[in-house]
Amino acid sequence: MSEVPAIELTGVTKSFGPVDVLKGIDFKVYPGRVTALVGDNGAGKSTLIKGLSGVQPYDNGVVKFFGETAEIHNPRAASALGIEVVYQDLALCENLDIVQNMFLGHEELLTGTLHEAEMELQATKALQSLSVRTVKSVRQKVSSLSGGQRQTVAIARSVLREAKVVILDEPTAALGVAQTEQVLNLVRRLADSGVAVIMISHNLSDVFKVCDDIAVLYLGRMVAQLKVSETNNAEVISYITGLHSQDTSAINVEGA
Amino acid sequence: MSNQVTSLASGHEGTLRDQANQYIQRLKGGEMGSLPAIGATIALAVIFGFSSPFFFTKLNFTNMFVQAAELTMLSSALVFVILLAEIDLSAGVTAGVSMAVFIVMIKTFAWAWVPALIVGFLTGLVIGWVIGFIVAKIGVPSFVVTLAFFLGFQGMQLVLLGEGGVYRIEVPEILAIMNNNLPAFGGWLMIVICAVVMLALGFWDRGRRARSGLVNRPVSILYIKVAALLAIGGFAVWFMNLDRSQGVIPIAGVPIVVPFTIAILFIGSFVLDRTKFGRHLYAVGGNPEAARRAGIKVARIRIYAFMICAFLAVISGVFHSSRIGNVDGSAGHTIVLSGVAAAVVGGVSLFGGRGKLAHAAIGALVITMIDNGLGLLQMSAGVNFLVEGGVLLFAATLDALARKRSGGPLAR
Repeated sequence: MSEVPAIELTGVTKSFGPVDVLKGIDFKVYPGRVTALVGDNGAGKSTLIKGLSGVQPYDNGVVKFFGETAEIHNPRAASALGIEVVYQDLALCENLDIVQNMFLGHEELLTGTLHEAEMELQATKALQSLSVRTVKSVRQKVSSLSGGQRQTVAIARSVLREAKVVILDEPTAALGVAQTEQVLNLVRRLADSGVAVIMISHNLSDVFKVCDDIAVLYLGRMVAQLKVSETNNAEVISYITGLHSQDTSAINVEGA
Repeated sequence: MSNQVTSLASGHEGTLRDQANQYIQRLKGGEMGSLPAIGATIALAVIFGFSSPFFFTKLNFTNMFVQAAELTMLSSALVFVILLAEIDLSAGVTAGVSMAVFIVMIKTFAWAWVPALIVGFLTGLVIGWVIGFIVAKIGVPSFVVTLAFFLGFQGMQLVLLGEGGVYRIEVPEILAIMNNNLPAFGGWLMIVICAVVMLALGFWDRGRRARSGLVNRPVSILYIKVAALLAIGGFAVWFMNLDRSQGVIPIAGVPIVVPFTIAILFIGSFVLDRTKFGRHLYAVGGNPEAARRAGIKVARIRIYAFMICAFLAVISGVFHSSRIGNVDGSAGHTIVLSGVAAAVVGGVSLFGGRGKLAHAAIGALVITMIDNGLGLLQMSAGVNFLVEGGVLLFAATLDALARKRSGGPLAR
């Protein structure tokens, strides 16, 4: 694959006081593919993601966005590039409705006032482009939605922003079987539309069901980047638990 | 694509009957808004109407609106911070200090009243900014910050006005707000303007939706709302236009404060419902972390909210001074708790993120009616406080239960 990575990290580090959480990470993510980011608790998954989303910028290292060096110092910068994060706790306002949440911080205006009609139209189209059938009304308050529906709204929000990279933080963690299935289908459709998707997950069966690539973090190092088609459950677990390690500078996702 | 768009509903579909059913569903879901308060207004009107022959007299009816205006303005001020799940206990004394500055400018420095009033409002805005800054940037809980200001500003009032200082207001324009009335046609004009604005906004929204190819609610809903406004408002104007004098000089007409209050409520509601700032205010109130991640500058929104609160509180201070005709060192000490009570009774959630200015206005009417009605029945002040406290507790409990029902966490 000669394609340019959507995201390419080189030698990224991050410390909190004396604690080195990221110890020089190399990481590539490609458009149209779902890349799983796995690793045990404390491996540095959240910190890696927070750097990409601008919430906690990295200390050192190079971030390339479609081949160009990018500075992501705050969430606005990430959003401007086209990086959207769907957080585990979803970050939706329960007192607002679906449309209002999807446009939060990016409201459409007409003559200085909120253009509710346009926002409702675009939100509806974004939900339909993901073939969402589970939501009754786009003007429902988020407080009345189930966990899966909330996840759907949060993912649809990134479609609306025309995100090029979407980061999902444990999208199925709190969901039942049927809802998990729906959300995974949604993730697949999102990637098939050309978006680069990074999915943090603890659930390897989800990972094997929907992902194309797997990146494994262990204690702040990237110990493996694998193709799903070329690995198996046991191998991934051995990397997660630190039994094995690849020299990440020697491998890449293309399987050279 | 266009017929696909209709496969996801927006709540605007269906006949009048469907819409009514949707409304009932929302009520059952805990989104009661100001409905309990409207019920309370009607209940209180019936109770006091039967137990006191004075309650429904022309004089008392009009007086109630004048009395309610002050509280409406203060509770509207508080709505902006309560929506953020914050509180401003110093709103009353902020108004008191600002009015003290206003009167000192006139009496001591011989300023004209307009620049003096502007300085008064600027004082309020600065106070609001300072409170907002301490709360939003430094992170001191608003309860503590505003409690400190509440105590400190009582002293500031005394410093500005001198111990026991009372200054008469000799500005006819300010005195007119609470004491003078519109001519008969002015009241009618006011109602017509309200109806026209309501229709215009209604059709403006419908036009936007239609141009985007979206379904509109049946237009009859808009007509019903306007008709209700014309009926209720028309009755009130007609009643207030009757001579209510008990002496020889006739007194009639809608008090000037009424259109003033309606205009401010309209502007405030417009800001809350139809501007980006308003949307972000609700978002910060609902989930500050989500708002921050969406790129909203949360601290700035908080500071603006405290500034708006202080500004509207100063308007309530102007109303107060206009009514009693002077500025003294004790202005605004007790009203703030009634203001919080009015907002909560009207249906503004203390948990943040839910409520409208109209709710505060209806709540203020309920509190004023209790005050007024118990006074007419010659109940003691003790009974008055007991009843108001009971109503507040009831309303706050309702709020918590509604929140529980709509699936939100009970406590934060």
